Amino acid sequence: MAQEKEKEVEVQSLTAVTVRFAGDSGDGMQLTGTQFSDTTAIVGNDLSTLPDYPAEIRAPAGTLYGVSGFQLHFSSSDIHTPGDSPDVLVAMNPAALKINLKEIKKNATIIVNTDAFDKKNLNTAGYEANPLEDNSLEGFKVIEVPITTLTTNALKDSPLSPKEVVRCKNFFALGMMYWLYNRPMEPTLDWIKQKFKNLPDVADANEKALKAGYYFGDATQQFTTRYTVEPAELPEGTYRNISGNEAVALGFVAASLKSKLPLFLGSYPITPASDILHFLSKYKNFGVKTYQAEDEIAGIASAIGASFGGSLAITTTSGPGLALKTEATGLAVMTELPIVIVDVQRGGPSTGLPTKTEQSDLLQAMYGRNGESPVCIVAATRPNDCFEMAFEASKLALKFMTPVILLTDGYIANGAEPWKLPKPEELEEIPVRFHTDKETFQPYGRDENLARPWAIPGTPGLEHRIGGLEKANITGDVNYSPENHQLMCELRAEKIEKMKKFIPDLEVDGDESGDLLVLGWGGTYGAIIEAINKSRAEGLKVSQAHLKYLNPMPANTEKVLKNFKKVLIPELNLGQLSKLVREKFLINVETLNKLQGLPFKSIEIQNKISEILGGKNGN
Amino acid sequence: METNIDEKEVKLTAKDFKSDRDVRWCPGCGDYSILAQVQRTFPNIGYKKEDIVWVSGIGCSSRFPYYMDTYGFHGIHGRAPAIATGLKVARPELSVWVATGDGDLMSIGGNHFIHTCRKNIDIKIVMFNNQIYGLTKGQYSPTSEKGKITKSTPFGSVDYPFNPASLALGAEASFVARSIDREPKHMQEMIMRAAEHKGTAFIEIYQNCNIFNDGAFTTLTDKETKADSVITLENKKPMIFGKDNNKGIIIEGFNPVVVDLNDGKHSVDDLLVHEETDESPIRSFILAHMTDHPGMPTPIGVFKQITKPTYDGGVAKQIKNVTEKKGEGTLKDLLYTPNTWEVS
Repeated sequence: MAQEKEKEVEVQSLTAVTVRFAGDSGDGMQLTGTQFSDTTAIVGNDLSTLPDYPAEIRAPAGTLYGVSGFQLHFSSSDIHTPGDSPDVLVAMNPAALKINLKEIKKNATIIVNTDAFDKKNLNTAGYEANPLEDNSLEGFKVIEVPITTLTTNALKDSPLSPKEVVRCKNFFALGMMYWLYNRPMEPTLDWIKQKFKNLPDVADANEKALKAGYYFGDATQQFTTRYTVEPAELPEGTYRNISGNEAVALGFVAASLKSKLPLFLGSYPITPASDILHFLSKYKNFGVKTYQAEDEIAGIASAIGASFGGSLAITTTSGPGLALKTEATGLAVMTELPIVIVDVQRGGPSTGLPTKTEQSDLLQAMYGRNGESPVCIVAATRPNDCFEMAFEASKLALKFMTPVILLTDGYIANGAEPWKLPKPEELEEIPVRFHTDKETFQPYGRDENLARPWAIPGTPGLEHRIGGLEKANITGDVNYSPENHQLMCELRAEKIEKMKKFIPDLEVDGDESGDLLVLGWGGTYGAIIEAINKSRAEGLKVSQAHLKYLNPMPANTEKVLKNFKKVLIPELNLGQLSKLVREKFLINVETLNKLQGLPFKSIEIQNKISEILGGKNGN
Repeated sequence: METNIDEKEVKLTAKDFKSDRDVRWCPGCGDYSILAQVQRTFPNIGYKKEDIVWVSGIGCSSRFPYYMDTYGFHGIHGRAPAIATGLKVARPELSVWVATGDGDLMSIGGNHFIHTCRKNIDIKIVMFNNQIYGLTKGQYSPTSEKGKITKSTPFGSVDYPFNPASLALGAEASFVARSIDREPKHMQEMIMRAAEHKGTAFIEIYQNCNIFNDGAFTTLTDKETKADSVITLENKKPMIFGKDNNKGIIIEGFNPVVVDLNDGKHSVDDLLVHEETDESPIRSFILAHMTDHPGMPTPIGVFKQITKPTYDGGVAKQIKNVTEKKGEGTLKDLLYTPNTWEVS
């Protein structure tokens, strides 16, 4: 063995880095990315993540369509997106390199697992020549590491099978990246210990692989620079790293505690919403009942039954599931029972792009039912906002006795970022009163908000029948009279409109009037904010507003929009909010539509702003 | 689940269960009898009125909740078992009943039905089987006999009907019974038995639709023919039927065969003895499929009743166990987990 000499390491401080881990769908890239994110959160950086994986669980090895990626943007300042283009790509095989090459920065660092660049993998990825040897990577800083060999060497004493040993290579890569970006190994070591406590050999192997990667970074002459990213200056408080799906789950449990109603979830597994079911099924000691139903319809139908019984009842799904819940949603509208329907939107139509993000269910949420069937629709803007919006959706459903649809999307559902935890005592109470008085009980009587009383089974003397047939106003008897039907349709619509009194005004960031307002909704928030910041840095005057309440929209929406000469609506669909805004306020809007299964890059929005205002394009 | 019933408080009569709504079924419909038997039985099932809920789907039968002065939910087509499931899981102390029909439950609601049985949700499903779509005015149903001529099958239906009892047994229902609209006493007994059962109880009731499928069950209800066409299942009793109690059922291989008890060759001791609680599915399937064989009587009564833990009971138990172990969760426990960090 050659004598190793102490190497010189330069430490360079960066303000922000975007890293992308990419490999086969069985390579453990999501795990690697999540671990890197959690550790990065703990050291105090602001961060935003973008998991991007195929619908196949274990696609054939080495194929382009089997590449799974995890992008992470971390910074010493406030950030809003997972980054437009990675500075660093970790490519575990040729396919991962090929797929991601066009995405990364021109001078990016590429760390490749050279062991995977054999003839078979190169062929499968469609490479005629080895890109590591034909100068096609000129301009990039390529660091070649035989990750598989080094992992195997490190684990030569492991009792695990050769196949299992090779599987530990993602921890080697993670260890290497920890060294490179000056992150501690402890959080991941603790995680390994906990996760594999019943598989000591696996725990031991993963730990060794992680450390081997870290020490390799320390020893190899290939790495001469180490990077630090200082903690971000975030507002004071206690933080945790959170994904949108987990935040949704927590929001509902919090709403259950604050309303003092038991939480019931009826749900059928569907990508990318299943994690909400997984998270909620853990909270048994919070009295949460999760019912994995036989299908999407039973998911919502059971929630309606639980709501009739007095629970805070919810159902969770994604686009195709929302389609299946259509008729039952109408039943909840007609019976005026509170339920929250979460739609984690994904690429459609039909099965579409199950693991990819989109915002194309807005009109389905708005209009996708028979008859005049208005529901409240709210949307979350980013992973940590999902908590607030799940809480808010519950509050509105209970206050107004109505179904509420909460729209999130695959991007914010799976993406993660630090979340400043609310103080338990700061969360508002959600007052709920079941009707118990026989004398004053009218099943379809209404309060000042037009909400009907909630009288649940078990209440003596209030036995009554409700259902999907049209109800007589006040008494709730079945009634087919023409005048009553018109009245009831109008009342149900008016009830939703009344919510305007309780939802916050639309806020404008920037001047209250001017040439251009960028109006967004839901999960595009981060990309829009970054685009706005960059545009302003270029000297452009542009204002921004973001809708979290889609039906009804805030009371001042029309006023806000009409103060601008132009309104630009960027959305991940073919113009659904644009359609609503044009129809509602009779104004024209500029559109920016993307349907690629991916979130906006801020540059795409920035360029559009520039185009409208006559500025220069960024790149 | 335990129910806390103060026996003294529950002194209700059939009248207490009649709602103030006019019953709107066609005159002569078999549904009237079912409503009457339920109202007669319910004072005795051990629940207060306010703790009983009837859930239904769509169809003539599904108007049932409007006529019962209990809590009621008239749902959407086929989904009553799913709505009832959510209610029961959320509120295990309630007595939850489903009123449904052969179209509602066997066709559009088939999936919910089999999964309710499989999970052993503690709800009672009363299926009014008239072997026709009534409310949509006379199309054949999934229980109509093959060759049925209806508006939608003018040349006769070409598909095979479901055997509801067999379907319920196949889906592992823990209580499966059958009765007939024209057998009020028997029906009351079946309703009572279902009420007492812990777990999914399924009762199929043959119900005459005198408008679109009149006489479908005449052989089973006509004074002249019924004794030779119906066999009443009684637990631990040999299977005897016939006008003069002169016929019995024996098993040859896996097939039921009718024997004449007066032929000098067979005695009561040779007959199949009914065992409701037999865990093996074979016996109950033989009974459910008896009518596949020409000349065999139609069984009514309890095909099977076994005891096993309910889904709703299991959910409540898990919550209790985990809460005992971890303590009741608070908002602080929920949010402030070990993986947090401070920014100051």
